[in-house]
Amino acid sequence: MNDDYLEIRGLTVDFDGFKAIDGVDLTLLEGQLHFLIGPNGAGKTTLVDAVTGLVPATGLARYRHQDLLRTKSHRIVRAGIGRTFQTATVFEGLSVLQNLDIAGGVHRTAWKMALARRGTPSYVEEALETVGLSGLRDKPAGVLAHGQKQWLEIGMLLVQDARVMLLDEPVAGMSAEEREETGELLGRIGRERTIVVIEHDMDFVRSYADVVTVMHAGKVLAEGSVAEIQANARVQEVYLGRQHKTSGAEMSSGAESSQEAGHA
Amino acid sequence: MKNLLQTGQRWGRTWGPLLGIVVVAIALLVVAPAVLSPFRLNNLGKYVCWAIAGVGIGLAWGRGGMLVMGQGVFFGLGGYAMAMHLKLEAAMATGGPDAVPDFMVLYGDGTMPGWWEPFRSGTFTLFAVLVLPAIAATILGFAIFKRRVKGAYFAILTQALAVAFATLLVATIKQTGGFNGLNQFTQFFGYNLYDPVNKKMIYSIAAVLLVVCLVVVWQLYRSRFGELLVATRDAEERVRFLGHDPANIKLVAFVVAAVMASIGGAMFAPITGIVSPSDVDATASIFLIAGVALGGRSLLLGPALGALAVGFGRTFLSESFPDQWTYFLGLLFIVVILFFPSGLGSAWSQLSARLRPKETVR
Amino acid sequence: MDAFTTPLLAGTATGALLLIAALGLALTFGQMGVINMAHGEFLMAGAYTTYLTQQVVTNTDLSIIVALPAAFLVAGALGLLLEVAIIQWMYRRPLDTLLVTVGVSLLLQQLAKDVFGAQGDPVHTPGWLDGNIDVFGYHWPYRQMFTILLAVGALAALGALLKQTSYGRRIRATVQNRDLAETVGVSTRVVDRVTFFVGSGLAGVGGVAVSLISGTNPNLGTTYIISAFLVVVAGGLGQLQGTVIAAFAVGIVTAFLTDWFNSSMAQVLTFALVVIFLQIRPQGLFTVRTRGLA
Repeated sequence: MNDDYLEIRGLTVDFDGFKAIDGVDLTLLEGQLHFLIGPNGAGKTTLVDAVTGLVPATGLARYRHQDLLRTKSHRIVRAGIGRTFQTATVFEGLSVLQNLDIAGGVHRTAWKMALARRGTPSYVEEALETVGLSGLRDKPAGVLAHGQKQWLEIGMLLVQDARVMLLDEPVAGMSAEEREETGELLGRIGRERTIVVIEHDMDFVRSYADVVTVMHAGKVLAEGSVAEIQANARVQEVYLGRQHKTSGAEMSSGAESSQEAGHA
Repeated sequence: MKNLLQTGQRWGRTWGPLLGIVVVAIALLVVAPAVLSPFRLNNLGKYVCWAIAGVGIGLAWGRGGMLVMGQGVFFGLGGYAMAMHLKLEAAMATGGPDAVPDFMVLYGDGTMPGWWEPFRSGTFTLFAVLVLPAIAATILGFAIFKRRVKGAYFAILTQALAVAFATLLVATIKQTGGFNGLNQFTQFFGYNLYDPVNKKMIYSIAAVLLVVCLVVVWQLYRSRFGELLVATRDAEERVRFLGHDPANIKLVAFVVAAVMASIGGAMFAPITGIVSPSDVDATASIFLIAGVALGGRSLLLGPALGALAVGFGRTFLSESFPDQWTYFLGLLFIVVILFFPSGLGSAWSQLSARLRPKETVR
Repeated sequence: MDAFTTPLLAGTATGALLLIAALGLALTFGQMGVINMAHGEFLMAGAYTTYLTQQVVTNTDLSIIVALPAAFLVAGALGLLLEVAIIQWMYRRPLDTLLVTVGVSLLLQQLAKDVFGAQGDPVHTPGWLDGNIDVFGYHWPYRQMFTILLAVGALAALGALLKQTSYGRRIRATVQNRDLAETVGVSTRVVDRVTFFVGSGLAGVGGVAVSLISGTNPNLGTTYIISAFLVVVAGGLGQLQGTVIAAFAVGIVTAFLTDWFNSSMAQVLTFALVVIFLQIRPQGLFTVRTRGLA
């Protein structure tokens, strides 16, 4: 068995006495589309922040024998773990191509950095193709539509050669067609990577998730396939306890971004 | 046809700025020496020194977003290093190989501090001009950037450094000439400083150095590093998640800017014949920024041309209205920053961008 | 004991002066992100107000009492003018306000030079402040004690303003969340102006204290502005305790260093200490708790 999995054991994040994450155990295997769901304040984003060095945490988070909790953010990226943010952050002044190219900087020597770009490296071309932005290569990233920015960010992770991708609500605010395209994109690139998606849109989760982890109040409530999660009584309780209108099968309205994400 | 046009545009983007540098080079190296009187040419040389420092400020502030308000310190490191050598040269020319600078006899007991000794060597001095500011900037930058001190905090710390540096110089009259600074040089690496031909040569050296600095930043701006630097300026935290430590990127720009300031200072000494605390203190540092702001902080030629313009304005206004120069400098800051934040060099594109409808992709 | 009490007491007085200067800076910086480099010139304006008051009210015992509110109003008015004329257009570019106010500071310095002359003017110490008290062998001037009392008074007044009045609540609301304050009906524009007026006015009060110690001088502002900024930087933003502690720490440490070495060495070492301090507690050490990357 290879070591390319992200292992989280007893992870705890303490914000001045408030435990945003409370003893979370997770094993994220390669080749699976792993979804992280849960109501507002469950600690999903904080979990990703902890693993990527943005907030201090205790416990264990390990990838390829590397202790992530004692590694600086940029070193974690170099170890092969990339992430996106809820609000897409691309370099608005740079073109799509430049955005992708700049993401490849980690693997370049100082000398190469001092030189101008000549042509397009093959891996940048590939990423451009994969995320479907070839037609917009010379446009400034600032003028891209919301969904296109998210794809660009995913493309940047591809150029970065991230083996683990932690995506924070990549389809929030996307149209139905864009969601579908994103889902297929994730399916394509997820075969040889570990992909974790924080999501609220249950339709999207149902369509593409291999494994779903439900978080609640900083703890893992349940883990399993979509069907298992939907049948889980405790999960239903958490969601139903918060909002009466919803049924267990339609958990999405219990989620924080149901307004933007809802396209029922 | 469209393809040809695009190729032409791309070619223009890459080589157009270089053409600008060539124009500046011809103006400074061919036209100016031919038309200006020796006095005016020497004045221009002084502005060129400020422009060299300005090019570095453009790199750090315009592209890197680091408002360096203490570049006078690095200007001073180069200036004093060179001035110490020139002072020793002057002393050794009349008093033999062990002679000490006149002011040390005047204010002190005629003994020279040990750290002056290596500056008897011209080679060491040139080495020091490049390496001293690099070391100082690396230490300071490392301490500041690694702890993620930025924005206004960074600006204030650099200005505080300039204040401290000037204070230290004033207080050490026996070692650095104090308030008077170092002056009365007679020769520059063996060349008589009173000979107009040599003065012209020194001017040319400064002008060439300015052109070299411009070419260096031209290459930096078009390099991947340049893109990364701008990216760091605009979204420092995002760059961290590309796997870079933003501190290192900023450090490189800061150190290069410091070395350029030092080079400017080093040429300032033989051209003006004096380096004193008032050339390197907080006010002098702010003056260096004025030109960069005027010309356009993030442009290639803006900082240099702005510095030349402000230098010229300073001489012109000081000659015409000796007491009013400060008002002009103050107003310049207010008007430029308020109305032309990206400098006069960008005023045109700023205007035309406002007239053009905004582009969006759907 | 003298080697200890002298720097301690003199340093406390310097710290008090820095505190008055830094309070206004911390207020405007913390609330609006505006770095007002002309703040030192407001200090200078306070000093010149004291000088002018003494020309009108010749009884020095009385004039200093008149000068305090006058200096507050003059400096406050200057600050308000600066806010209305320039700063309000630049809230989105905090780093640029720094440079604009550098320009304003140069203008005001030159103006003071042209109006009052490049040489400073003496300010007479009122009789009731002319004297000293013997503390462990150090003749502690009443003037220094007065400075400390003034600082404590300014701090108390500011504290009361922030905690007790409705304006204070609005100021605190604006500091904590500008957008939210706006949506619940706080006019942040008005709040900003009040803050700028009060912050600048405090500098004027500081100017009265400065004038008693060193008279007036067109360059007086530049002497204090950097130290005051170092106090703000070291103290951190958001609460006044940090500023208070940092002001007295910088004042006292500088006094001791001056005693051990000399005043210029003390300045250099104080700078170095602030940089070292920032290594341990950098303001920039922030935890990103937003969901995007701003």
